[in-house]
Amino acid sequence: MIKAVMMMNTQGKPRLAKFYDYMPVEKQQELIRGVFSVLSSRPENVSNFLEIDSLFGVDSRLVYKHYATLYFVLVFDGSENELAMLDLIQVLVETLDKCFSNVCELDIVFNYSKMHAVLDEIVFGGQVLETSSAEVMKAVEEISKLEAASNSISLVPKSVSGWRGR
Amino acid sequence: MASSNSLMDSLFQRSLEDLIKGIRLHLLGESSFISKSVDEIRSEIKLTDLSTKSIALQKLSYLAALHGVDMSWAAFHAVEVVSSSRFGDKRIGYHAIAQSFSDQTPVLLLITNQLRKDLNSSNEYEVSLALECLSRIGADDLARDLTSEVFTLLGSSKAFVRKKAIGVVLRVFDKYPDAVKVCLKRLVENLDSSDPHILSAVVGVFCELTTKDPRSYLPLAPEFYKILVDSRNNWVLIKVLKIFAKLALIEPRLAKKVADPICEHMRRTVGKSLLFECIRTVLSSLSDQESALKLAVAKIRDFLVDDDPNLKYLGLHALSIVAPKHLWAVLENNEAVVKALSDEDLNVKLEALHLLMAMVNEENVSEISRILMNYARKSDPLFCNEVITSLLLACSRNSYEIVVDFDWYLSLLGEMARIPHCQRGQEIGHQMIDIGTRIKDVRLELVRVSRSLLIDPALLGNQFMHPILSAAAWASGEYVEFSKTPYEIAEALLQPRTSLLPPSIRAIYIHSTFKILVFSLRGYFTAQEPISPPLVQESTSSGSSAVNCFTYKSISSLMNMIELGLRSLSGTLDVEVQERAKNVLGFIGMIEHEIAEKVTGQDNETAVSSAIVFMEDVFSDELGPVSSTAQEKVPLPDGLEIKENLEDLQEICGEFLKPIFESNSNTNSFSASDKISFSVTKLSIRDQQEASSSSSPPPESASLLAEHRKRHDLYYLSSQKKDEHNDSNGNNNTLNEYPPANEISGDSFNPKKKMNQSKPRPVVVKLDEGDDDLKTKPNASSNDEPLSRAIQTALMGKGMGKEREKDNHEKILDSGIKEQSSGKEKKTKKKNGEKSSKHRSRRRSDKEASAAKPVEIVDFLL
Repeated sequence: MIKAVMMMNTQGKPRLAKFYDYMPVEKQQELIRGVFSVLSSRPENVSNFLEIDSLFGVDSRLVYKHYATLYFVLVFDGSENELAMLDLIQVLVETLDKCFSNVCELDIVFNYSKMHAVLDEIVFGGQVLETSSAEVMKAVEEISKLEAASNSISLVPKSVSGWRGR
Repeated sequence: MASSNSLMDSLFQRSLEDLIKGIRLHLLGESSFISKSVDEIRSEIKLTDLSTKSIALQKLSYLAALHGVDMSWAAFHAVEVVSSSRFGDKRIGYHAIAQSFSDQTPVLLLITNQLRKDLNSSNEYEVSLALECLSRIGADDLARDLTSEVFTLLGSSKAFVRKKAIGVVLRVFDKYPDAVKVCLKRLVENLDSSDPHILSAVVGVFCELTTKDPRSYLPLAPEFYKILVDSRNNWVLIKVLKIFAKLALIEPRLAKKVADPICEHMRRTVGKSLLFECIRTVLSSLSDQESALKLAVAKIRDFLVDDDPNLKYLGLHALSIVAPKHLWAVLENNEAVVKALSDEDLNVKLEALHLLMAMVNEENVSEISRILMNYARKSDPLFCNEVITSLLLACSRNSYEIVVDFDWYLSLLGEMARIPHCQRGQEIGHQMIDIGTRIKDVRLELVRVSRSLLIDPALLGNQFMHPILSAAAWASGEYVEFSKTPYEIAEALLQPRTSLLPPSIRAIYIHSTFKILVFSLRGYFTAQEPISPPLVQESTSSGSSAVNCFTYKSISSLMNMIELGLRSLSGTLDVEVQERAKNVLGFIGMIEHEIAEKVTGQDNETAVSSAIVFMEDVFSDELGPVSSTAQEKVPLPDGLEIKENLEDLQEICGEFLKPIFESNSNTNSFSASDKISFSVTKLSIRDQQEASSSSSPPPESASLLAEHRKRHDLYYLSSQKKDEHNDSNGNNNTLNEYPPANEISGDSFNPKKKMNQSKPRPVVVKLDEGDDDLKTKPNASSNDEPLSRAIQTALMGKGMGKEREKDNHEKILDSGIKEQSSGKEKKTKKKNGEKSSKHRSRRRSDKEASAAKPVEIVDFLL
C-alpha cells in the first residue's frame, strides 16, 4: 500500500500532499516537514530510498526523486517494491509532462485540481491501479471535459435567472 | 434579492487561482493572508448557491492540504456540495470528503445515499468519484450498506469502473468482513481476466489480503501459480511474488513448486524491479531451495558491483535478509561489503555496517573492529556513532560471548572513548563497570585503561565523556589494589578541571579518592607490622617502585594533597559532593596526628590502625553484577506502602525537603547505591571515635553495627549473600541501570569457561536469568479474525464446488453458501482437525470453527 504522496520544492514548500490514511492536518504538516528535513540533508547522486520508521511507523519506506526544483516522494509499506515505486514516480512525472507539456513547478502550483485528477487515476486508495500514462491522460481529459461542460451549462441559466429576478 | 446576492458574490468571489496568486504575493504576511482567506471562505461557504459554496470548499481543501488549515468544521458543507448535480462541484465535494473525513466524523452517514446514487450512475466518472471516496473513508456502516453496489460494479463491463471496484473491495472487506460472502467469488473470477488493468488490480488486492492473513488464501495458490507462469507484466508479477513469499512460508511444498518459475523469471527479465523482487522472495521464503538461492546470490553480486547506488543499496539490503540463515552469501561478498563502508551514501554505509556485524565472530572480531574503528575515526558523527553502537552491541551480546581477549576489548573501549565524535559514553561506561564486576582477571587492565583516561585533562571538557570518566573513577577506586600508582590517580581525581564534571560524578571521584586513601594507609600500616600478612600481594610484588612501599613521607603528602583538593569542596552547593568531601576530610582529621605520632613513638596506634582496617573491610566486599530481574526477587516487607501517594507530604514539608529531593534527582543511581555504604562508613567513624575516646575495644562498635544491621537489614549491602536490595526509597531503576550495587546469591552465578588455542578466556560471571523473560510474547491472536474466517468459509465453498457453480452468484448472495461449504468440509474436517487452533473461534459453533481450519491445496502440489 502507498501511504502518502508528496511533492515539495527544494525550499521545503509543499506543492502536493496526499495521505491515504486519515490524519489530522497538524500531523500531515509535521510529516511533510520531517520528510523534507531528511531529504534536504542528503547529497546528490545517492540512493533514492530511505527507511523512515520514525515518521510513518514500522515497515515504512520512502522513495524520492529530485527533478529540478522539486522532490517527488512516495511513502509505502512492505507490500510494494522499491524499484517499482521509483518507476511509478517516473510514470507520474511523464504523465504530468504530457498534461502540461514540459511540466514545471508553477504548473503544479496552479493546477491543484488537475494534479489530483492525475494522481487519483494512478493511485486509488493507496493501491496502484494504473501505470500507463496514456490511459491516465485519457481519463483526465474526460474529467476536464465533464467539468467544463457542467460549468458552461450552469453559467447561462444562473446569469439569466439572476437577470430576470430583478 | 437572495439570488442577486449570490450572483454578486459569485462574480466577485476569489477563485482558487486568485487565492494561490494572493498567497504567492504575500510571502511575508502569508499567515495573516491565509487567515483572512479562511474568514472569507467561512462566509462564502454558508451561501445557498452551490457553485459559490463549492469554490469556497475547494479553496479550503487546498489550504488544508498545503498550509495545514483545519477543515473539519466544513464537513457538512462538503456533504452539501457533493449532492450537486454538476460534475465539477461533485468532484470538489468528494475530494474534500476523502481528504477530511475520519471514522468519527458525525455527518459521515449522511453521504450513504449520495454514494449509492453515484455508484449506480450511468456516468462512469461519477461512479469513479464515489468509489474513490469509499476507498478512502469507507467506515463499517458505509461498507455494509454499499456492499451490494460494489458487488454489482465488480461485474461491470467497463474496465475503468471494474478495476476501481476491485480496489475498493479491500476497504470493504476490512470494515465489513461479511461482504466476503457476497464479493469474494467475483473477485476471484477476476483473477482469470485477460485485461491487464483488471488483473493488476485484483492481484494487488490479494497481495494486501495475503499479507494480513496468508493461511486463508492458500486455496487460491493454483490461480496465482498460473499468473506467475503466464504473465509478462512486471507489476502483476511483483505482486504475485509477494503473495508467494507469504504462502511459501506456511506451505513448504509450495516453495519447491514455485522455485522453478521464479528462477526462470530471474534469468529472463531485464526489469530490475522484478529481478529484485525475485531475489527477495527467494531469500526470504525459498532459501531452502539450493539452486534458486545460488542464482539469487549470483544476481545480488551484479547489484553490488553496479554503479547505480539504488541497486547497490538493495543488494546489501538483500544480503542482510539472507545473513541470519546463510552467512556464506555475505562472506562471499565481504569485499564489496567492506568497500561499501566508504560509500558517500549513508544508507549504503549503514547496510554494510549491519552486514559486517552479522559476520562478526570470535575469530574475526578484532579484525572487524580494527577496520570499523578506522572508519569511525574519519567519518561524520552520525555514522561514527552508528559504528560504535553496533560494535558495543555485537561485543556485549550474550555476556560478551564473542570476546576472548578482554584486555584487547578494554583497550578498544578506551580507544572508542577517545574518538572525538563519540556520543555513546553511557554505554561504554556501563560496559567498563560490567566487565570489571564480572571478570576478575581483567581488572588490572581495567585500572590501566581507567588511569590513562583519568589523567588526561582534555577529556573532562567533553560532556559525552563524563559517563566514561565516572566509570573509570569508580574502577580506579574499587580496584585500587591493582594500581601501581595510587598517588597519581588520586591526583588525577582531584585535578582542578574536575569542576567541569556534574556533581553526581564528582561525588564518585571523591569517593574513589577515599578508597585510594584507605588502601594506601592500610599499605602503610601493613608495612610497619610484619606480623600481619600482606593483604595485597599483586601490587607489592609487581610494583617495585617506592610508591607502594608507603613511607611516612608519601602518606603524608598524599593526605596533604587530598586535603588541599577537598578543602574547597566542603563549602560547595551540592550536598552530595559536600558530604563526601567532609567525610574524607573528617577521616583525615581523625588519623592525621596519630600517624605523625607513629613515626616517633611505636605504640598507641591500635585505634588508628583498627579504624583503617575497619574502613578497608567496608570497602573490601566485592561488588558483583546484578541481574535485571533481581529487584523482583525481593519480597515486599510487611507494612511497606509503595503505592501510596506522597504528594501531601511534600506539600506539608515542601520547603524543608526540597534540597534533598533535588540532590536525589541529581545523583545518579551509582552514587545512590554508594551512599548506602557511606552510611555504614559514617557510622563506623562515629563508633571509632567513641571507641578511641573511651579506649574500649572495637568489638563494641561491631556489635552496635550488627544491632543496626539487624534492625535495618533492608538498607544494607548484602555482604552476607542475601537477596536483599535497597528498595526503601522505591527507586526501582537504580538497580537496573547500574549493575555493581549488590551481590546476589552465589548460586545464581553461572561461571562459564571458554578455551581458546592461544589464550584462555577469563571467567565471565553470568546471571542465570536474561532479559528474555521480559520480552513480550508475540500476540498470537489475529485481529483480522472475522475476515479470515469469512474468507476461509467462502474459499472452501469455492475450492470444492468450482466446476459446478460457475455462474450462479445469486446462490452466493444469500447465505446458502455457508451450509453448502460446511457440508463439504466435513470430509476434510477429520484430516486436519487438530492442526491449527489459531483461528478457532470460541464463540461460533463447531460447524463454523471447522471451516476456519487450514485448507488443503487439492491436486496442485502432488
